[in-house]
Parts: sequence; C-alpha cells; structure tokens
Amino acid sequence: MSYYKQFTANTQLKLSPFFDRTSKLNESQEWRRWSGYLSATKYELTHDNEYFAIRTKAALLDISPLKKYLIEGSDALTLLDRLVTRNIKICKIGQVMYTPWCDENGKVIDDGTVQRLSENKFRITSAEPNLDWILHIATGMDVKVIDDSETTAAIALQGPNSREILNSISEISLNKLKFFWMMDTNFNGMPVSISRTGYTGDLGYEIWMNSENALLIWDLLLEKGKPYGITPTGLHALDIARIEAGLILLDVDYISSRHAIIESRKSSPFELGLGWAVKMKKDDFIGKIALKKELDRRPEWEFVGIEIEWTALENHYRSVGLAPGLPSTAWRTSTPLYYNSEQVGYATSGTWSPILKRYIALAHVKSEYSKNGTILEFEIKIEHFKRTTKAQVVNTPFFNPERKRSCPA
Amino acid sequence: MSSLKKYDAIVIGGGHNGLTTAAYLGRAGKKVLVLEKRYVLGGAAVTEEVFPGFKFSVCSYVVSLMKANVIRELMLPRFGLEILPLESTFTPLEDDYLIRTADSDQTYREIARHSLRDAEAYTRFGPLMGQIGMAVRPILETIAPNAIRPSISDLLNTKKLFDHVKSLNSQQFEYLTKLMTMSSADFLDEWFEFEPLKATMSASGIIGTFMGPRSPGSAYVMLHHYMGDIDGAFRAWGFQRGGTGGVSMAIARSAEYFGVDIKTEASVNNVIIKNNNAVGVALENGDEYHSDIVISGLDPKQSFLNLVNENDLPAEFVQDIKNFRIRGSSGKVNLALDGLPDFTCLPGDGHHLRGAISLSPSYDHLENAYDDAKYGNFSKKPFMDIILPSVLDPEMAPPGKHVMSCFVQYAPYNINGGWNDEKRKAFGDAVIDTLAQYAPNIKEIILHRQVLTPSDLESTFGLTEGNIFHGELTVQQLFSLRPAARWADYTTPIRNYYQCGSGTHPGGGITGSPGEMAAKKILGIL
Repeated sequence: MSYYKQFTANTQLKLSPFFDRTSKLNESQEWRRWSGYLSATKYELTHDNEYFAIRTKAALLDISPLKKYLIEGSDALTLLDRLVTRNIKICKIGQVMYTPWCDENGKVIDDGTVQRLSENKFRITSAEPNLDWILHIATGMDVKVIDDSETTAAIALQGPNSREILNSISEISLNKLKFFWMMDTNFNGMPVSISRTGYTGDLGYEIWMNSENALLIWDLLLEKGKPYGITPTGLHALDIARIEAGLILLDVDYISSRHAIIESRKSSPFELGLGWAVKMKKDDFIGKIALKKELDRRPEWEFVGIEIEWTALENHYRSVGLAPGLPSTAWRTSTPLYYNSEQVGYATSGTWSPILKRYIALAHVKSEYSKNGTILEFEIKIEHFKRTTKAQVVNTPFFNPERKRSCPA
Repeated sequence: MSSLKKYDAIVIGGGHNGLTTAAYLGRAGKKVLVLEKRYVLGGAAVTEEVFPGFKFSVCSYVVSLMKANVIRELMLPRFGLEILPLESTFTPLEDDYLIRTADSDQTYREIARHSLRDAEAYTRFGPLMGQIGMAVRPILETIAPNAIRPSISDLLNTKKLFDHVKSLNSQQFEYLTKLMTMSSADFLDEWFEFEPLKATMSASGIIGTFMGPRSPGSAYVMLHHYMGDIDGAFRAWGFQRGGTGGVSMAIARSAEYFGVDIKTEASVNNVIIKNNNAVGVALENGDEYHSDIVISGLDPKQSFLNLVNENDLPAEFVQDIKNFRIRGSSGKVNLALDGLPDFTCLPGDGHHLRGAISLSPSYDHLENAYDDAKYGNFSKKPFMDIILPSVLDPEMAPPGKHVMSCFVQYAPYNINGGWNDEKRKAFGDAVIDTLAQYAPNIKEIILHRQVLTPSDLESTFGLTEGNIFHGELTVQQLFSLRPAARWADYTTPIRNYYQCGSGTHPGGGITGSPGEMAAKKILGIL
C-alpha cells in the first residue's frame, strides 16, 4: 500500500528467531529491550487494536526472550521440587505449574512455569537467567540442565479466537486441552508443544518450537489466523492485559532477591500475593524454614489490587479546568499510597482498563491496610502539583473471563 | 384475562435504555418486569442473523458515548460488554482520499497533504472540542430541572448548572454558544478550508436529523456526536463485539443478575390508568400486569399518543408532544459480502477499512442529498456512513466473508407516494450505485442485501417515522424541553407513569444515559 515504506537499521541487540517477520510488520518501529532482545513495543502507531485483539480476537506475541531450561535425569523431579514452592511431585505428565522460587531466606528469586514433558524431563521458564542457581541446587544430583533459550522459540497466541486458529492448523484438536496443561502436536508436519498458558488472563496458548521452524510457523499462523482477526501484538498491549489479570512482573512489581542490594527490596511469595503457590506441607524446599517463620509472625506486606476512584479523580482535574488525564499506556513508576496521611504502601504498576472502564493498579500495602474495601489515598500529580485521591483495595484478577478456563462442550 | 403478580415497576420496551433503567431499579432491590414486543431484546441496539452465517447490527451500528459509570455500576464487562475502538475515518474521493487515524502525527501528515493550514488547525480543534465537552458534560449528566414548577431539587440543580456555566472561560462560552446556534458548515468554515475534511466532519451534524450541513442547529448535532471523541480516556466511539445487540444483551444479563424479569414477544397494548394513576399494563394478548409504576422506554409519540389515551393527558401537553419533531431522515442498508470492497482511490485491504468510511466528498454532495429529501424523494446520491464490522470482529461473518453496514441519508419518512417494495428496491439500488462509484467491485461481491427504509425502521423497531434518536436533537427539544416543557425530568402528567427512552434528556445514541438518569430520578421518588 502506498503508505508503507521499508525500514532497515543496524542493532547490537539480540534478534529473536521471528525478527525477520516482526521487524517488517512493526509500523511504529518502537522496540523495547527484553532480556537483551529487541522486542516490539507495538506494531501499529497506537496499541489499542493490539490490546483489543487480546480481549476480543487473537493476539500473536513473540515471547522467545523468555529463559527456558530443560531439566532431565532421574533426579529431575527431586531437583525441581526442591527448587520451587509448588508441589511438583503431583505435577502429572503434560501438566504445567506456575510457581515462584526463593532463596534460603524465603525471598523470591524469580517466577515462571514448570512443564512436565515426561517422567524425568521438565522445562522451566523464567524472566531472568537462572542456570547458575539451578545448577547450584542440582549439586550431587543425577540431572542434566540445558539452557534451551535459543534453540526453542516461543510465541503466545492469546484471545478468544486463539483455539479456533490453532484447531485449523494443528493435527490434534485443542478442544480437550485444559487450563495449565500442554500437549504435543504438529503444524504441517513441524513438531510443536502447545501449553494452555499465557500472561493475559484470557483464553490463550503458548507454542514452543524448534527455532529453525520459527518463521514457517509464524507465517502459517498469520495466514490461517487472518479470518479470525490474528494481530501481531507488542508489549504495550500485553502490559495492560497482564495488569488486568493481576499478574506480577519481575523488576517492576518486585526485585529478584539475587539482585536486591538491600534487604528491604526483597519480597517473600506471601508479600507478592503468591501464598497460594507456597505448599508448606510438601517436602523440604529452598526457603521453607524462613517462610514457615514468616507465616507464624504474619507477613509484613500484602500485594493487592487497587482501583482509583473515578469521580474523585475527575474532580481533581476539573478543579484546574482540565478533562481527566489518564496515561494511554500502563505505567511502572512506584507511586505512594497513604492512609491518614501516613504512607502505608506503593503501587508498582497501573493502567486504565479499556475493557472495564476502571483505573486500576497493583500495589504493595502493609498488611493491616490490605483488607478488601480499605480506602487509601493514591498520589497523583495535577499540573505539576502533588495531591492524593481516593483508591480502594479490591480483589484481583480485575478481569477474569470464564473462557480463560473453559473447554468447548 | 389473567392477572399476575404485582411488580414494583414495569418497563415497556427492551431497548438498551429500558433495560438500563430496569437494571438500576433491580440493583436497588426493586422487583421489575421488562416487556419487549419483539422476539429479541435490544430495540434499535440489536444484532440479528439476517442472512445465514452473517450477523448484522441491524439498526444502530456504533456505540457512541456509553457512559463509563453505567458500565461500572451495572458491571457490564462481566456480562459481555466488549467495545473495540473504531480507529479511523476514511473519506474516499474520486482520485484521492482523506484518512484520519488515532495517531496525531499520521493524521497531521495526511491532512497536510491537502492543506497545511488545516493540518495545524486540526491539532487545535480536538483539544478545544475536549474543553467544550467538559463544559457540556455536567449539563448532560444533570436531570433537567422543571423550570415551570421547580421543586427544591430542581432549584438546586439549576443553581449547580448556573455555577457551572459561570465557571466556563470565555472561549468555552463562545464556542458553546456557536455550537448551539450555528450550522455545522458555518462553524467548520471558521476552522478549515479542505472541502472533504469539512464535509466529513459536518456529516456528524446531520446524522439522524432532517437537516443539511448548512442548516442552522446542525452544529449541536455534531457536538452530540463528537462527545464520543471527547472523552479521550474512554475512546468511546467503538464497535461492540458481536454487534450492538451485545450491548443490550450485557445490560439484560446485568438486569437479570439483579433479579429483573424480562419477557420477549410481549407487546404492550396500553398503560392501565386509574384515577390519573398508572397501575399496570395490558398486553395485546389480553394479559395484564400490575405494578406501582410504569416506565416507557418508547419514543414520546408512542408513550403519550399510543400507549395512553389522549383524554388522560392535559391538552397542552398533547399538543407539545404532537409538535415534537421526530422526522425520519435515514435508512440502513446491510450487506453480506463475499470479500472486501476495493476502493479505486486506495486499493486493497488496509487500515482504512477498519474504521468509519464516510461518503462525504463535499458540502454540496450532502446538501444535494438533503435537497432531494426536502421535496419528498430519497437522495439519488446519498451520504453514507459505512463500517465493516467483520473486519473489526471476524465472528460477524464466516471466515473470509464480510458484513457491511451502510447508514444512509437521506430517506424521508414521508416520501412522495409513500414507501413500497418498489421504492425500497430503488433506494437500495441508489445506495449501491453510489457506493460503486468509489468501490466498483461492490456489485460483484454482494451475497445478500437488506434495505431498511424509515418506514421499515418504524414497523420493525417501533421508531416513530424511523427517527433513530426518538426525536431530533435540535435546541428547541433538548434538556428542559425534551420531550416537553415541565416533563423533561422523566416524569409525565400521569402519576406513576415515567419515561426513560432517547426522547428524554440527554437524547439518542447508545449511551445508557436517559435510562440511568430516569432510574435515579425514580429511585429518588419511590
């Protein structure tokens, strides 16, 4: 079309196996760094269409920069069960578990998913490199740990039409694949693993493949997905969706205990809303003793959802003669929360939710102020001057459609 | 005749405003019954599979300023409200085009291609309209005070409005006055020079109205439509996933969640009135339902000249309602397509097909179209506001196929000789011929065509004269005068009979606003 022009440029950053396609599709040429990779911020000039693809059609996201480790051997299960806080011993073949993992002091290092590929073979994904830590735990065990990050490419297909698209390509139907399970199938003879997982809180899948097939699979998905509204989607849209889903992000909502310089920057899983993923009844795991102690004295912080009350916010803007100004993208600036003028917490990411028409945020709040319905004061700046406005502690996920978990009848 | 259980309130008409009122009353713990004549809910905000596999927003086709607080308070996202942004406006011309998108740099560059001055003016126009919108919104969100026999809350509301108007700066006041009185063409001429840009912007000043862009008063209609754009944060102009019926269904599910009973294929014959007191309704099948109050979501002509007896109303009120202008001016053509339309000026698929497509190359095009209607004919070369819902939401049509919604103006309700099958066909042909001038492949890809004349809109949806707004949005029938002086606060001369449709303040469009405010008024009384 007449309004397209080709653009090429050099980069010192790493390129994903899909880059040949994503770079040509990226009309905005806006990129973010993700683990040293060049990763599309958005493909179009505004991210709205990509966000709505996640919620109403199907969004295609290159998630290859995720770290992926294959763990294989007779002690693989023992290693993982010791590493993470979930009970991996009950993880069946083909099942996937989301889990954080901690250091000896019970402070979170990273979070990701554990996939059980076979009796003695697992894949674990993480935001940051964890090979050194995993090998450290594996000392003396009969296990092989392979950093598979570059040989395995991954894309996420998220949104209500994602299943239909995959069914039109996959040799085996996905209709029976349940939330947080995975299966092996093939696309035109190319082997892929598909897990029903994602970072959007919607119906969606992540597809794991040999990097060599990456471009062919990308093309196939775009071609077959076109009638279903498949939309290459960047990180701006993803960030809104993951906040609506109440999902945390490393280095934004918390800092890895391996990198936190001071103790107060570290968080336990309880302080990140991940208490449900800590199985105190299971066998010994890294951090268990410290976490037990923390539970006994009750965690100091809670991680909660907050909603910034609209009418109050609007009145602040009206008082200076302005229509309410909202950030068009999700923000990641730590923002103070007060109770009776005393700071009792801070929000770490927030967004206007286009589908809920609510201004929402994720926040760390001192436990005594974390009860649902508590009214806090959220710091805002109106025309360069600080003010506070009403915000209420609410349940997460903010958006939780039934289709996320349901299977076709 | 069966007499059934007694309700706190009965809402006549399952359109989106009636459902909204019902949901709010249900939310407040009232026992409510909604009665809808058709087999399907939604009124004019309805999705129907007119042709197998193809879903159409048969009548109302975009969601304008559905109020965010209604969305929150009725928890509509939980019940399926999903509004996708309509991100561009494409005006095809004979050998060129104009496209405005959500990206300001791109839009600047595009307008600058035609006029550098306009491109600059456009960057100032949007924020100004935002300021005007802020000035208007408190008025739209206030229950119109009864100026003739004011109650205490009327006086408080009046004072609030005076205070608000006093708080406006001189620029806001100037433009508000201009927008209330000028024609959209005159107003836009003060800003821009590129004809297709002006004509396209002015077109929102004629939608649903029996006026041309050069008719005084059309600037207000433009502002009413602009409200969707004004609340930048909401990006309110949009398309509901699954068609506009999805909005109504989300509200209906919310109402049911709050305990509201909803009956379809329940056509109300009349409101039962005893001692000037509404006590229930009688259906056409003879069934009666009794309630403390009755609320009509129908237009003012239906509510007062059809559902009740004129003798039950004061004569001057009847006269006001008879004078209420509700002239139908538009038709709707819905097409099932085998592929995408290919525009000569911008061939192939692209972003330009994802938003509104406006056939509005010049003021003269629009005024000529209006001239035809003034003298009792449909426009030979009509103005059209087109969207391709299946491009935004592929589930509207089978894979690879498309649906196209053409809002067409003008088609007068009172056409010479009256509407009949032959005229409907000729009207449909005129629409397709006009479209084919810009996208010649259209004739080859049409699989099915549904043509709705104002007469069809009246008979199918109960819209008097086919007027999509339940009455024109002109100054003399807005706010405290909508639909009549003294009865603009959702009450009526009959005790316990209320109104909640688009014929009440603040008027038409899928906003939920009349329904919400009517409910709040009623809850203040009950």
